[in-house]
Amino acid sequence: MFWVNKAHASSSIMPPQASNFAGPVDSLYDFLYWSSLISCILVIGGLVFFAFKYKRKTANDSTAYISHNATLEFLWSFIPFVIFLAVFAWGWKIFYDMKRAPKNAFEIHVVGQKWYWDFKYKSGKKTTGTFKVPYNKPIKLIMTSRDVLHSFYVPAFRIKQDVIPGRYTTLWFTATKLGTYQMFCTEYCGSGHSAMLAKVEVVPEAEFEEWLSDDPYKGLSMAEVGQKVFTQRCIACHNNTAEKKIGPGFKGLYGKERLIVAGTTLKDGKPMTVKADDNYLRESILNPNAKKAKGYENAVMTSFQGQLSDNELDGIIEYIKQLK
Amino acid sequence: MSSAADTSKNYLNHEKGLWSWLTTVDHKRIGIMYMITVLLFFAIGGAFAMLIRLELFAPGGTFEAQVYNQFMTFHGAIMVFMVIIPGIPAFLGNFVLPLHLGAKDVAFPKVNLMSWYCLIVGAIISFISLFYHGADTGWTFYTPYSIQTDNGTILLVLGAFVMGFSSILTGVNFVATTHRLRCKGMGFFQMPLFVWGLYSTAILQVIATPVLGITLLLLAAEKIMGIGFFDPKLGGDPVLFQHFFWFYSHPAVYIMILPAMGIISELITAFSRKVIFGYKAIAFSSVGIAAVSFFVWGHHMFVSGQSELAGVIFSFLTMLVGVPTAIKTFNWVATMYKGSIQFQSPMLYALGFLFLFTIGGVTGIMLATMAMDVHFHDTYFVVAHFHYVMVGGTLMAIMGGIYYWFPKMFGKMYSELGAQLSFVLIFVGFNVTFFPQFILGAKGMPRRYHDYPEAFSFLNSVSSIGSWTIGLGFIVALIVIIHGLLKGAKAPDNPWGAKTLEWQTTSPPPHENFYTDPVVTGGPYEYR
Repeated sequence: MFWVNKAHASSSIMPPQASNFAGPVDSLYDFLYWSSLISCILVIGGLVFFAFKYKRKTANDSTAYISHNATLEFLWSFIPFVIFLAVFAWGWKIFYDMKRAPKNAFEIHVVGQKWYWDFKYKSGKKTTGTFKVPYNKPIKLIMTSRDVLHSFYVPAFRIKQDVIPGRYTTLWFTATKLGTYQMFCTEYCGSGHSAMLAKVEVVPEAEFEEWLSDDPYKGLSMAEVGQKVFTQRCIACHNNTAEKKIGPGFKGLYGKERLIVAGTTLKDGKPMTVKADDNYLRESILNPNAKKAKGYENAVMTSFQGQLSDNELDGIIEYIKQLK
Repeated sequence: MSSAADTSKNYLNHEKGLWSWLTTVDHKRIGIMYMITVLLFFAIGGAFAMLIRLELFAPGGTFEAQVYNQFMTFHGAIMVFMVIIPGIPAFLGNFVLPLHLGAKDVAFPKVNLMSWYCLIVGAIISFISLFYHGADTGWTFYTPYSIQTDNGTILLVLGAFVMGFSSILTGVNFVATTHRLRCKGMGFFQMPLFVWGLYSTAILQVIATPVLGITLLLLAAEKIMGIGFFDPKLGGDPVLFQHFFWFYSHPAVYIMILPAMGIISELITAFSRKVIFGYKAIAFSSVGIAAVSFFVWGHHMFVSGQSELAGVIFSFLTMLVGVPTAIKTFNWVATMYKGSIQFQSPMLYALGFLFLFTIGGVTGIMLATMAMDVHFHDTYFVVAHFHYVMVGGTLMAIMGGIYYWFPKMFGKMYSELGAQLSFVLIFVGFNVTFFPQFILGAKGMPRRYHDYPEAFSFLNSVSSIGSWTIGLGFIVALIVIIHGLLKGAKAPDNPWGAKTLEWQTTSPPPHENFYTDPVVTGGPYEYR
C-alpha cells in the first residue's frame, strides 16, 4: 500500500479532500511536486551557475572541447526513465481503482444537457442542479448526455469523466467528508458552459434516506410546481420577464400572436401566425423544432419529451400563463 | 550575374517591386514573406488573447459568453494553425535551411511559393467565418457540438484544411532539400542541429497533416450533408473524432517544438562559443521524439471514455517521450559547462527557453500520470502547461531566432538594449500570467470558462496583469525590429562568431546564397 497523505492543510493548493480518492491522488501529487521541484532546481540552478561562472571574459576566450561523455549521458537518460516508470505505475494503480466500483455501490443516474445537470435516483426522485449523496457509502454514477459532450468534475473528490450522448460512462467514489462541494462541467459545451454547475451535498445516510422518500412537490399549487421547474430547467435559456435570453422571455408570452417562420410543421416553409395557447406551449416544450418564431430561427432547444412528468408539464404551462 | 567581388547586390535588391516579391521563388524572400504574415497573424491572435484576459480579469461579464467563446476559438486557431506551426519551419526554416546546408535554394522553389499561398488562402477563408456568425467550438472542433453550432465553423474548418497543404508542401520540400542539397563534405552528422529539428518536423508534417485534412473534411461533410460520422444522433461516434483529431494534433505539438529545440541548439553553442555536448544524442532524440509522438495521442483522452487499456498504453508511451526531451535539456546545460558565455538577446531567449521549457516539461510528466490527469484534465493546469511549452518554448525560440538571424536577413543590427528590455518584459510577464494558472487548475478551475466563482478571482487578476506586461514586451520587440530595419548599423558577416555556413557568406546573402560553393570538412560547431 502506498503512503497515504491525510495531512493536507488548507495551505495546500489542492482543494479539500472529500472522497476516498483525494488522499491517494494528493500523495501522488506531493511526490510529483517535490520531484519536479528538485529537477527544476537542478536544471535551472545548473544553468544559472554555469551562466555566471563561465561568463565571457575576453573577446577570444578559448573553450574546452567536450563533445560527449557516455557515462554521464547514460545516467541522465536512465535515471529519468526509472522515475517516469515509477510515476506511471503509481498513476496507473490509482486509475485502476477509479475504474472499478465495488459491487455493492449505490447507483445514481446523471444526465447532462445544455446547461444543467439532472440526477435521477432509483426511487423515482429526480433533482436538477443539486446532487445529494450519502456519507461514507460507495456511489456509482451512470452518466449520459442528451445533446453534446459534457464532463462531470468534482475537484474535492478528484474525479472527472466525460459524459457522452448515445452511451453511458461511469464513475464511482465514496464521500468521506460531510459538506457541500462545487461540481463543474469541464467539457466545453457552448455559451452556458461556465454556468453548468451543480452543488454536491454530502449528508448522513439517515438524512439521505429520509430525503429520498420525500415528494418535492408535496402541498404545492400547480403554479408553484411550475415555478420550481422554471428555476431548475428553463432559467438557463429563458427569463421570467419579457426580456429575450436565448429563447423568448416568458412574461406576457401566453395568448400572444406568434409569427412562425421556421419549423417542421410549416407547410412549404410559408410563415404563419399562431396563438401562444396551452397547446402551442406544450408543443414547443416537447417538440421545440415544430414551430420556431421569428427571431429564434437559429436558437437551439433540446426536446423535453420524457423529461417532465405530467404534473411538471402542467405546472410550467400554468406558471407561464400567470406571468402577465 | 554578380561577380565574386560585387557585394552591393544581395537578395533584397536583386529584383525590385511588390510583384517581384509575390512571384519570387527565392527561399530567403519567401522566408521574409512568411515572417510578415506570421507576425501579422501573431498580432491578431495576441489581440484575442488580450480580450480573453480582459474578460477574465474579474468575475462577471464584460463580453457575452457567446462573444468570449469566439475570442477563445480564434485565439487558439490562429495561434496554432497560422503562427506556431508555420512560425519556425516556414519562416525561419525557409530562410536558414538552404544556408545551413550550403545550398542555393530549397529542392522545389515553386512549391515553396505555393505553400505560402496555401497559407494565405486558408487564412482568408478562416477569417471570412468571422462574418458568418464566427465559430465558437474552440480550436479542437469537438463533435457533436461543432456539428450542431452555427455554420461559420465550416469556414474555419475548411480554412484549416487548406492551411494544412501549406504545411505538407513545406515538409515535402524540406525532406527533399535535406537529402539532396547538402554541400560537398556535409554528411548527416555534419548538419547543424537546427536541420535535424527541421527534418524531424518535416516528416511529421508530411505524415500527420493529411489525417487532419481528412478529419476536417469528414466534419464538413457531416455538417453540410448530414452524413453520420461523429454525431450519435446520426449514428456516429463523437469519441472517434477525438482520436482522429489528436492523431494529427499531438504530433503537431512536436511540429511546434522540435524546430524550436533546433534553434536552441544553435543559440547555446554560438553564445557559449563551444561545441555542442552530445551531438548524436540530440540529433537522434529529435527523430526519436518524432517517431514516438505518433503513438501518444490518447493522453488527451484519459477521461474521454476511451478504453482503460488504451489509457494505460498511452500513459506509458508518453512517459517514454519524456526521456529524449530530458536528454536534450541536460545536453544544452552541459554545453554551457566551461564555455565562454555571452548574454546577448538571442542567448537570453535561449536561457528563457530552458527555464520555461523545464517547468513545461515537469508539468507534462504530471499530466501524463493517469490518476493525476483525471484531476487536472481540462482545467487551467493544462492551459498553463501548454503555454509554458508553446509560448515559453516555441515562441521564445522564435524570438531568439529572429534576433539571431536578423543581421543575416537584413544586413543590419538592432538595438541590443531594446531587445533585452523586450526580453525582460516578455519573460517576467509570461511567468506572472501563466504561473498562477497552475494554481488555479490545481484548485479546480475548468478551462474555456467565460465566468468563474469568486474564489478564483485574485489569481485571475494577477494573470491578466501579467498578460498586459507580455503585450507591452511584444510592442517593444516590434519597435526594436522596425527601428533596426530603418536605422540599424550595418551588420558584419558574422556578428556572433558562429561556425555554421550561413555566417560564411555576406549579410545579407547574395541571390544564390554563396559566391563560391561551400565545402565542409568538419562538424558544425568546431569551436577550438
